[in-house]
Amino acid sequence: MFGKCNNPNGHGHNYVLEVTVKGEVDARSGFVVDLKQLKETMNREVLDAMDHRFLNKEVPEFATRIPTTENLAIAIWQRLAPKLTKAKLHRVRVYENHDLFVDFYGEE
Amino acid sequence: MKAHLSRRYRFSASHRLHSEQMSDAENRATYGKCNNPHGHGHNYVLEVTVGGPVDKNGMVCNLSDLDACVHRQVVTKFDLENLNMREEFTDTVPTTENLCTVIFDLLNQDILKRKFTQAHLERVRLEETMMNAFEFSNYEIR
Repeated sequence: MFGKCNNPNGHGHNYVLEVTVKGEVDARSGFVVDLKQLKETMNREVLDAMDHRFLNKEVPEFATRIPTTENLAIAIWQRLAPKLTKAKLHRVRVYENHDLFVDFYGEE
Repeated sequence: MKAHLSRRYRFSASHRLHSEQMSDAENRATYGKCNNPHGHGHNYVLEVTVGGPVDKNGMVCNLSDLDACVHRQVVTKFDLENLNMREEFTDTVPTTENLCTVIFDLLNQDILKRKFTQAHLERVRLEETMMNAFEFSNYEIR
């Protein structure tokens, strides 16, 4: 089923995370979202928990789910969506490499 | 939960943009350098997006099945070919727009026929060069 990705010693990726938010453009600031706040949220909720970590063992979501890039995109969505207040999360895109990526729009 | 998986593939092919419904002068005016009688080539990049439920294995679609489908329906048919000589373009000009819709139909039919995934084909995006890309999808652009 998983081929080389099933190697018992695991393997790594240099993931690229693309987060898209949507919302009204604020009349005073001209922003959809305060980028500094968004960056802090992404760092706190995603990077601190996942960067340079063994996803299978160190990220609680993957105690019961397989850390495929599909499930990673869903986990990131579930971490970020409740933390965004003004702008809404529109899309989480996770690149496993340049030629393979997953998009999650929060659809059931 | 529904997710979308995209994978990029590469193939190279030549074409000449020339419509039998136009005069030579009109063809030159419409297609410019792409009307060169000797044709020209592109290193195409094809981005295929499938969407569907994430299954118990955490997958939208098994990648080796998708790779085999694209290889069978696109790479073996078009890689290092002259598109104008292909049966898919006997009645249409092999613009990248038309190639995009042809590829969408070929992949879609194969997925529906072989049923190797619960996912469905969402979108085909074809890069002709780093500067030009064309998309065809079965749903409205979000």
